Amino acid sequence: MNHLHQQPAIYLVLAAFLLGAGLYGLIRRRTLIGMLIAGELIFSAASLNFMAVNRFFAPDPTVGQIFVLFIMGLAAAEVAIALSIIIAVYRNYRSIHSTEMSELKG
Amino acid sequence: MNAFPFADYLVTAIFALAVGLTLVGALVAALSTRIIRGVSGLMICCVGLAGLFYFLNSPFLALMEILIYVGAVCVTIVFGVMLSEPDEPAEPEKPGRALLWGGTAAAICLAVFLGIAHLAVNAPWATPAKLTTDGSVRAIGVSLLTTYSLPFELISVVLLVAILGALVIARSGRTKE
Repeated sequence: MNHLHQQPAIYLVLAAFLLGAGLYGLIRRRTLIGMLIAGELIFSAASLNFMAVNRFFAPDPTVGQIFVLFIMGLAAAEVAIALSIIIAVYRNYRSIHSTEMSELKG
Repeated sequence: MNAFPFADYLVTAIFALAVGLTLVGALVAALSTRIIRGVSGLMICCVGLAGLFYFLNSPFLALMEILIYVGAVCVTIVFGVMLSEPDEPAEPEKPGRALLWGGTAAAICLAVFLGIAHLAVNAPWATPAKLTTDGSVRAIGVSLLTTYSLPFELISVVLLVAILGALVIARSGRTKE
């Protein structure tokens, strides 16, 4: 019998939903930290997609796991860099709202 | 089949719980007005994702998801929230503009979601004839040290550079004033 958790469509649709939610947050958020959170959602969508395809359709199930491990490492590095940039921006502008960082705007 | 006739329902219930946590967490992370609730939503979403990774035959990645995302990334973002207080109320947008831009963003994201979901469900996926490895932690370790040893070293260099860069950026802002 076919269990619910063995159907790849559920995982793939859920990954697409995570991508949509991350995009919406990236467009609508006003602060840099909010946009960072939305970016993490998009990373999660990519990880879930890799894992679903890896589990159901790949002949070697280690490849997707290693790739997702690398995605996690890159996400951690990205968060470290982004937060230090955010703190530097906050020191200079006293704000991290994306509408107020407009010095280069013509 | 097995001694516990309700075991299947139990597994399905836990799977539904993981899916629901992921959905609710993503919605909270994307829609909440306060940043700290967004971080909590990201945490909930990552716990749900760890459950899904467990169902996808990878308990190792479930552990790593909780360890890295919930334990490191979300806590670091909470520190960022604490240091930069992003919650001062911005002046409210005019309702017409908010509705317009919110509607546009929602339409774009709904289109992306529906398009990718349609593609993913209707794609002619081919199931492999037979697996070459079993995907266990042992197999991951063997291929990390043989086939993928160069990316493994590169990611450690990337992490080192990221840590040094974060220190330099945060420090230069301090010495300027």
